[in-house]
Amino acid sequence: MHNKTITELSAGLEAGDFSSVELTQTYLDRIHSLDKQVNSFITVTPEIALEQAKNADAQRAAGNAGLLNGIPLAQKDIFCTKGVRTSCGSKMLDPFVSPYDATTITKFNDSGAVMLGKTNMDEFAMGSSNETSWYGTVKNPWNQETVPGGSSGGSAAAVAARLAPASTGTDTGGSIRQPASFCGITGLKPTYGRVSRYGMIAFASSLDQAGPMTRTAEDAALMLNVMAGHDLRDSTSVDEAVPDYTANLNDSLEGLKVGLPKEFFSEGLNDDVAKVIESAVKEYEKMGAVIKEISLPTSNLAVPTYYIIAPSECSSNLSRMDGVRFGHRCEDPKDLNDLYIRSRGEGFGPEVKRRILVGTYALSEGFYDAYYVKAQKTRRLITNDFNQAFDDVDVIMGPAAPSTAFKIGELTDDPITMYLSDIYTIAVNLAGLPGMSIPAGFVNNMPVGLQLIGKHFAESKLLNVAHQFQKETDWHLKAPESFK
Amino acid sequence: MSTLDKSDVEKIAFLARLGIDEQDIPEYATNLSNILDMVEQLDSVDTEGVKPMAHPLDAVQRLRADEVTEVNDRENLQEHAPETAEGLYLVPKVIE
Repeated sequence: MHNKTITELSAGLEAGDFSSVELTQTYLDRIHSLDKQVNSFITVTPEIALEQAKNADAQRAAGNAGLLNGIPLAQKDIFCTKGVRTSCGSKMLDPFVSPYDATTITKFNDSGAVMLGKTNMDEFAMGSSNETSWYGTVKNPWNQETVPGGSSGGSAAAVAARLAPASTGTDTGGSIRQPASFCGITGLKPTYGRVSRYGMIAFASSLDQAGPMTRTAEDAALMLNVMAGHDLRDSTSVDEAVPDYTANLNDSLEGLKVGLPKEFFSEGLNDDVAKVIESAVKEYEKMGAVIKEISLPTSNLAVPTYYIIAPSECSSNLSRMDGVRFGHRCEDPKDLNDLYIRSRGEGFGPEVKRRILVGTYALSEGFYDAYYVKAQKTRRLITNDFNQAFDDVDVIMGPAAPSTAFKIGELTDDPITMYLSDIYTIAVNLAGLPGMSIPAGFVNNMPVGLQLIGKHFAESKLLNVAHQFQKETDWHLKAPESFK
Repeated sequence: MSTLDKSDVEKIAFLARLGIDEQDIPEYATNLSNILDMVEQLDSVDTEGVKPMAHPLDAVQRLRADEVTEVNDRENLQEHAPETAEGLYLVPKVIE
């Protein structure tokens, strides 16, 4: 049962082959026996899951099954879940039991989905390896000496290890696509504003976006059908009609214009990863796509631009963690400053502190124009490059990450090299575009992800392009040996 | 080259009300200096006349009618606060 996709599970539930309670119990048992190998969950919620499963079965019996009726899901611990600890991977929020649900959680609940638990992640989503989590490193199910990627590393590892059929992630600079690539699953970061950020703990508000992490593109379409939409509670969510994302999955790719940015295939890209990506592109040629080299000349500005904008916004967003209204508070504060300084000093880990310090510096008096405003200008140049490229092509393709998963501990002393593991994904967030990573092959038994980038609101196109590849290849069906 | 020294780091940390251990300050100073060096690549880019981009879709803030829509949920929200009394959040004495 645990190797089935959402599509197959829904069919099984509908046919009465198994109930949601049975299905949910199967996954809870797998989590119980196998998750110690990967540490992908921070909190498992068996009582909630079985209760929701029972309700889902009753709803189906009564003939009103929602879109994801009875399907167990793992939720990234960045989404507020009423009555359940919502830690964001941080000691700061370890005591925080959310008093409300994020819009995304409400939507999944309304669709009849079942929550298995909350997945591990880099602290406040700041990291590319899941090593910054206060709850310990997540291990990559394909090789437990390597990282799963980050920040949605727990969500990626849980799906790869068949501990959940699908999960949610969030992506600020690559946090869905890079772990999807490292763990060999399908991950979609929608257009900025497509999915509500209400109740999703903010890291960098002008970049953050939630999306599905699944086995297949078809499942990602089913998840996005539930997640997408305008929300009055998120003023940055976009008021655009939500199409049925499954409607165009089977469109032909004959004549599809694919752009390969030459900057994505230059220095820094592992040779073996490059070969996997090249053969994936050949697969698309066989399907009738027209391949064309393009240029995104400002690609080299993406990482520096991001490392001003993201820390600046994070330093502002995380000021709410002050030890007064929720979360960790230090013992015996002697005055108000001592309360703030020690609560925050004890509650945050080193990477979060680094980013708060960089952001505070960049926003401080006398530096704001030189850093933040300058980065907002280079951000527009990066976006203009993409817009120009999309005059000529339908989809941009390239690697999701410069390498396969690296070893645990390999980059922890070198923040800048760690930052560069997001070199191909960051620009997509800056421009607010939708992006995907889909399994495209292996290097030394470790998965490689192909990145697909589309125009704003072109999620249907990306899902179509991904689905057609998955009809011709079976990389997305491979499971790590110890979790088959 | 941006080089931040110990006193710079202490000043920034205080602005952020962020406690950092004395022994970790040199490492933060090095990390931050390296990050600032990396972002200084942007200085050489000509951005004359480029409009700063705050929202990827250049959306503007929407306004709604000024009507009460949310219920007062204070008790529920304060349940998870470290210390409250009579509907207020408690902190150490600020005014003598």
